[in-house]
Amino acid sequence: MPKITVNVDGVAYTDEVEPRLLLVHYLRERAGKTGTPVGCDTTNCGACTVQLNGVSVKSCAMLAIQADGAEITTIEGLGNGGWHPLQRAFNEEHALQCGYCTPGMIMAAADLLRTNPHPTNDEIRQGLEGNLCRCTGYQNIVRAVRRASEAGAAT
Amino acid sequence: MIPAAFDYHRAATLDDAVSALAGGGEDAKVISGGQSLIPLLRLRLAFPSLLVDVGGLGDLRGVRDEGDSLVIGALTTHDEVTRDPLVAQHCGLLREAAETVADPAVRHRGTIGGSIAHADPAGDLPTVATALGATMIARGPGGERAIGAGDFFVDYLTTSLAPDEVLTGVRVPKLGAGWGYRYLKFNRTAQAWAVVGVAALVRRANGAVAEARIGLTNMGTKPVRADAAEAAAAGAAATGEALAAAGARADEGTDPPSDLHGAADYRRHLARVLTTRALVAAAGA
Ligand SMILES: Cc1cc2nc3c(=O)[nH]c(=O)nc-3n(C[C@H](O)[C@H](O)[C@H](O)COP(=O)(O)OP(=O)(O)OC[C@H]3O[C@@H](n4cnc5c(N)ncnc54)[C@H](O)[C@@H]3O)c2cc1C
Ligand code: FES
Ligand code: FES
Repeated sequence: MPKITVNVDGVAYTDEVEPRLLLVHYLRERAGKTGTPVGCDTTNCGACTVQLNGVSVKSCAMLAIQADGAEITTIEGLGNGGWHPLQRAFNEEHALQCGYCTPGMIMAAADLLRTNPHPTNDEIRQGLEGNLCRCTGYQNIVRAVRRASEAGAAT
Repeated sequence: MIPAAFDYHRAATLDDAVSALAGGGEDAKVISGGQSLIPLLRLRLAFPSLLVDVGGLGDLRGVRDEGDSLVIGALTTHDEVTRDPLVAQHCGLLREAAETVADPAVRHRGTIGGSIAHADPAGDLPTVATALGATMIARGPGGERAIGAGDFFVDYLTTSLAPDEVLTGVRVPKLGAGWGYRYLKFNRTAQAWAVVGVAALVRRANGAVAEARIGLTNMGTKPVRADAAEAAAAGAAATGEALAAAGARADEGTDPPSDLHGAADYRRHLARVLTTRALVAAAGA
């Protein structure tokens, strides 16, 4: 089987992988990053969003083998051991109910703030268009991203 | 679902990709960004025996200025297209359409070449290529060939690429001064594919429309030109009224599908309304 080397949340892993193994399954089952869930079969929901070499990707729409050599950050590594300002803002604004979409929402929001540190409400909605939430109605998610941007989460 | 098993080859060079495809037979497939292919594998709607990954071929990435035209490397991602200064300056229609594709994370992986090779009639970029009269550049065992948009898109998810050909780039004309453009897409939810989309290009001269080019998304089994509306717009005054008369002919000669996103009649209506709006915007009327 082919071998890949990836860095996940600051730790290097080398593993043999079957070509058909999806990156999200690799992250959950080999690297133990169960903070990254799988929410759909169609690449629509965004729950599995992670950062690959600094930009957001849906990890269910990548093969693990395509990530060979990449640096990956999951929700578990975003705060570097503590809480990232987005995580704090989601808590403070009550931006989750069941929490299933939350890891992906936060990773997509982090990517938005990377390119646009002070988005308008409309830009927040556009930036999160690839992420579905079945519970909250989105209002508090938009508030949380605003709050994090005002707290300087992008820096 | 977990995809069915397949072999995987990471191409080191373009020639290596072509020979791997040729050796892999009918069931070998290229993978670029994977944003269309991997969902199909997960749903077990595709069963390739071999995936040839061209993702590492840096030569196929980026935008080249070739005088009258731009050549956009097949591996240029949607995100890169939306940020590229040459595209912004010379082919704003493409930028405008690429911004409407999917969502930011998908745009980070999905490529212009993959989108065009996939040839989904609901896809935005095949329509833009059709409206622009783009030329697709392909490399196979016999060398390179150039294929005009009219010959490239054959049917639903079907192009004239041979199984052992790799799409390497897309040549688009530079839009000179005088050209206006607009891509309009009607969808009902965020991130959704177009129920109908319209790519309109208008060249204005002396307050009138000298020339119009109109491509339609999801109005048939492949992207189509709205010939009747183009003819009606050419020579028309650049006014809302004259362009509405042209837009009213947008669905002539089309055969749109009926599916759970909309009936054929509804799509015809959307094509007429959106074409009028896109022409008005493109003409600055
Ligand atoms: C949630 C979601 C929403 C989307 N919404 C839209 C939308 O609104 N509008 C839209 O237009 N698209 C949409 N897409 C599709 C997106 O544009 C894809 O990026 C694109 O269709 C495929 O590009 P890719 O590089 O990912 O190709 P891949 O998935 O890698 O390949 C797609 C097909 O093209 C072939 N192929 C790829 N590259 C080449 C090449 N260089 N030479 C020959 N054959 C090749 C493959 O063999 C495969 O058959 C969406 C996708 C998702 C997941
Ligand atoms: S699990 Fe990846 S987008 Fe839904
Ligand atoms: S909080 Fe339940 S899906 Fe978003």
